[in-house]
Amino acid sequence: MIIKQLSVFLENKTGRLTELTGILADNDINISAFSIADTADYGILRMIVGRPELAAEVLKKNGFTVKITDVVGMIIPHRPGGLHKALQIISDNNVAIDYMYAFASGDCKATVVIRAESLDKIIDVLQGHKMELLKKGDVYQV
Amino acid sequence: MIWNEHYECMEREKLLKLQGIRLKEMVKRVYDTVPYYRKKLQDKGIEPDDIKGMDDLKTLPFTTKQDLRDNYPFGLFAVPQPDIVRFHASSGTTGKPTVVGYTHNDIQMWSEVVARSLTMAGVTKADIIQVAYGYGLFTGGLGLHYGAEKVGASVVPISGGNTKKQLQLIEDFGSTVLACTPSYAAFIGESLVEEKIDPNKIKLKAGVFGAEPWTQEMRMQIEQVLGIKAYDIYGLTEIIGPGVSMECQFQHGMHIFEDHFIPEIINPDTCEVLPYGELGELVFTPATKEAMPLIRYRTRDLTRIHAEKCECGRTLVRMEKCVGRSDDMLIIRGVNVFPSQVESVLLEMSETKPHYLIVVDRENNLDIMEIQVEIEEEFFSDEVKELEGLRQRIKANIASTLGISTSIRLVEPGTIERSMGKAKRVIDKRNLH
Ligand SMILES: [Zn+2]
Repeated sequence: MIIKQLSVFLENKTGRLTELTGILADNDINISAFSIADTADYGILRMIVGRPELAAEVLKKNGFTVKITDVVGMIIPHRPGGLHKALQIISDNNVAIDYMYAFASGDCKATVVIRAESLDKIIDVLQGHKMELLKKGDVYQV
Repeated sequence: MIWNEHYECMEREKLLKLQGIRLKEMVKRVYDTVPYYRKKLQDKGIEPDDIKGMDDLKTLPFTTKQDLRDNYPFGLFAVPQPDIVRFHASSGTTGKPTVVGYTHNDIQMWSEVVARSLTMAGVTKADIIQVAYGYGLFTGGLGLHYGAEKVGASVVPISGGNTKKQLQLIEDFGSTVLACTPSYAAFIGESLVEEKIDPNKIKLKAGVFGAEPWTQEMRMQIEQVLGIKAYDIYGLTEIIGPGVSMECQFQHGMHIFEDHFIPEIINPDTCEVLPYGELGELVFTPATKEAMPLIRYRTRDLTRIHAEKCECGRTLVRMEKCVGRSDDMLIIRGVNVFPSQVESVLLEMSETKPHYLIVVDRENNLDIMEIQVEIEEEFFSDEVKELEGLRQRIKANIASTLGISTSIRLVEPGTIERSMGKAKRVIDKRNLH
């Protein structure tokens, strides 16, 4: 249930992100989701990609600062109240979340990527409430 | 081992006498051969016969970098050009370079002091010394080269740069001594780790590093990554090049080769001579130099001199690592800041690399200082609060050391330009406006 997310330190310099997406494209790596947490000087790019280990390797080789982080993907219905219900469960169970971001796919569902201190706990809680979780096979390229 | 016990362990009283004789001879020589000095001495009412010994040193006029510029290129030479066998020059940050000349005897003397220096670092004829200082107008490469040959060591004259080749020769030739700038030594160490070369498989045992200020923390880091003992060598082009002073194995400061380079410490504002142990500007009179003898050359380097006899048996005085060169000193909102202070803060923190760039600018008549710091890859967190926490910690540590507030910019590892020679640490945009 744990998904590997790629985190990249990016200086706010013109073309730096394009350089990165170019490298992933050249290596035939698909990006399923991404978000950027930015400050005045730098950003932290977080991505779910098809082949995280390979992506990390090629990016490092090209001088990027990369880290693989464990996250959980929670699948929710793409309709009003869907996200609220999921978050209610998490907060009722006192699970602290570091950050999250979401992406919707075409099939009336949305996926919320969650990073939390205790991923095992969040998996337990969500599964206990019959919430659907993203599986490796859903995003990883084979 | 001591290369030249006669001079390096001479009784202080005898040494003082020798210095006096050499000083007197030199003043007469420059009076006769360098019009600029003759006038300078006459302006002070000094005739060569007035100089009887070391007690009279303090009456002599100073020489500054500006005097060298004013006499560019050969105005201060005391011998005709045919007697010059070599030139060196140091690049000035502004305007013309500083040019120095050497006679055959000067090169002999220089080789002698570098041989003494290398012997302090334990170098013998059995060693293979990789000279990774730049060869050329810069004194580092050829200075170390000639001294190492005098010792009889096998010299690898690779010069600076081409780090892959440096590593290859360290491995294949089994170099035992590395001579270069400390920032380049740190870079070679970093590359060694990157190339996954086992430090136990290389034979390096000592490093002779100089030509730029470096900190104790940097020494420890270089020693650890390269598995060597790192020695500090000091020198400046105007005096001779590397080999003006050098650390012995006890590393209580650098022994000055006083029989050739007469040191003084002065108050930089009043020019009054300060006693041993007090902090001030280092001044040298290279009394035995033939081509370009200088009277009381002000180095702009701030340090202290200690005269107590060293455990190694040498009687030569020892100078502390320079606090900073007044040329490197930045004045930020009225506070004196040395780049080396920033470096030692960063080296103390495990989360950052000692690669940094200081950018100084002026906004609304207020000096602002930004320090770009490379984050250490393994400490990269993908949470903003962690990285901001790191930024705040660096900021707080810098503020407590420098006494001023700076802005810290975290940059990607490897993006600050690595230096193969002297590292460029400061961009001062205030002069550009
Ligand atoms: Zn000593």
